[in-house]
Amino acid sequence: MRHWTLTYSSQTQALLWLPMILLALVLALIGVHVFDPKARRWTWKALAVIGVGMAVGQPFLALSWVPPEKYMGDTGRILYVHVPQVWMALIALTLNFGASLAFLLKKSWVSDALAEASAEVGVLFGAVGVTLGALWAKPTWGAYWTWDARLTTAAILLVVYSGYLALRKFIEDPEKRATWSAVVGIFAAVDIPVLWFSVKWWRSMHQTQSNPSTVDPLMTAVLRYSATAFLALLAVFIYQRFLVASAKRNEEVALPEALPAVGGTP
Amino acid sequence: MSGHPKILAGAFEVLRKDLLIEWRTRARLNALIFFSLATLLLFSFALGPDSELLRKNAAGYYWLGILMASVLSLGESFRIETENLALDGLRLIPTDPRAVFLGKAFGNAVMLWLLSLIVLPVMVALYDVTIREGVAQLAGLLFLGCLGISAPGTVYAAIASNARARDVLLPLLLFPVLLPSLLASVKATGLIFEGDPMLQLRSWVGLLASFNVLYWGLGFVLFPKIIEDD
Repeated sequence: MRHWTLTYSSQTQALLWLPMILLALVLALIGVHVFDPKARRWTWKALAVIGVGMAVGQPFLALSWVPPEKYMGDTGRILYVHVPQVWMALIALTLNFGASLAFLLKKSWVSDALAEASAEVGVLFGAVGVTLGALWAKPTWGAYWTWDARLTTAAILLVVYSGYLALRKFIEDPEKRATWSAVVGIFAAVDIPVLWFSVKWWRSMHQTQSNPSTVDPLMTAVLRYSATAFLALLAVFIYQRFLVASAKRNEEVALPEALPAVGGTP
Repeated sequence: MSGHPKILAGAFEVLRKDLLIEWRTRARLNALIFFSLATLLLFSFALGPDSELLRKNAAGYYWLGILMASVLSLGESFRIETENLALDGLRLIPTDPRAVFLGKAFGNAVMLWLLSLIVLPVMVALYDVTIREGVAQLAGLLFLGCLGISAPGTVYAAIASNARARDVLLPLLLFPVLLPSLLASVKATGLIFEGDPMLQLRSWVGLLASFNVLYWGLGFVLFPKIIEDD
């Protein structure tokens, strides 16, 4: 449903494709990283360079290059950070669901370490996204927080996964920790689709997802650009956190007699 | 893997065992009744003598009282299994481990439901509530809500009973996960108290029922992973 069309010079038109090309590049690098273990020495570095480089250019694009939003003016520019941050949180938490499921199907320290890494990074991105949303809500809705369906489900999601992270800290036996937190991770994932559809189900104050065909192509391009930058950073964060978690697992499994018995059982 | 009738028979045995243990002392239900009455009283003390406010929010306070009691009840349902290696005995019963989940979770739901029914008249008197849509409907809704608490509650209580700091861990894990079904229970109960001119009751009960299906399905599939010993 295209209401109106803006015409841009062919030069700008060509520039609008840039975010998609960068996105394809980042996705390709992530793909190589996942499927070729030998390439992992350099793929994460390449992703880090792309992510940091794009993030440095992002404020210029989002704050000055793209025109202000029609109703919200300059305040609306926060969406170029807020929206991709929440997307990345949802991607990370979905990854946690996948890793939890994979662990229950076939026990492996890799999926356990990945579950730990993705939950922690997901909570980080989600917390930043919610905080930015609150900063935006003050001038727009008049209050930092309203008990609106979208905000409430986002808060629930963060608390659910904070509980997940706390559970991981409370269990010493690595195998029990892995199994139990995988079960909790699957229960927690029920809330991810609830968050996504909450704006539609409860006719929330928070706007529903926009459709690229009704938005100025410049805005879509900058949003895609930001999402690509954060995706590269997300991949690097998760990979680095994964390395820490794997090292920790190896240390725990190497010294089984050094571990105290699981609490409480006689 | 045994067939369905065998699972149900096993679940029934676990349920019978839990209810029998409870019946012999009645300690858990008695303690829970006084605990949730104290909680209901605390809400009216905390808010002062504003009877209009209390009546308006009665459904929310009522469910919060049940929810607080549920943590104690669920924790207790697995604490009894840590005595005398009872959990190992439970693992050794020649039945599907999923039967243990069904039996325990249903037992917990029944316990909570009895609690909510016993507390109901006191709540009605304390908060000056009129039940406009019928007591049978309310009882059905309460049972559905208790089922919604007990399925994830049983899974999480099994986890927390073996972890450090189990008293902190159970509410920390359980409360956030329960929020959607708690919201649906509170809204539907409120509509039963206040009357339902806009016919919204059906959609809230639908939401509650779908969370029930989801959580019971997940618990049924995942519970054996928690109690298996290797």
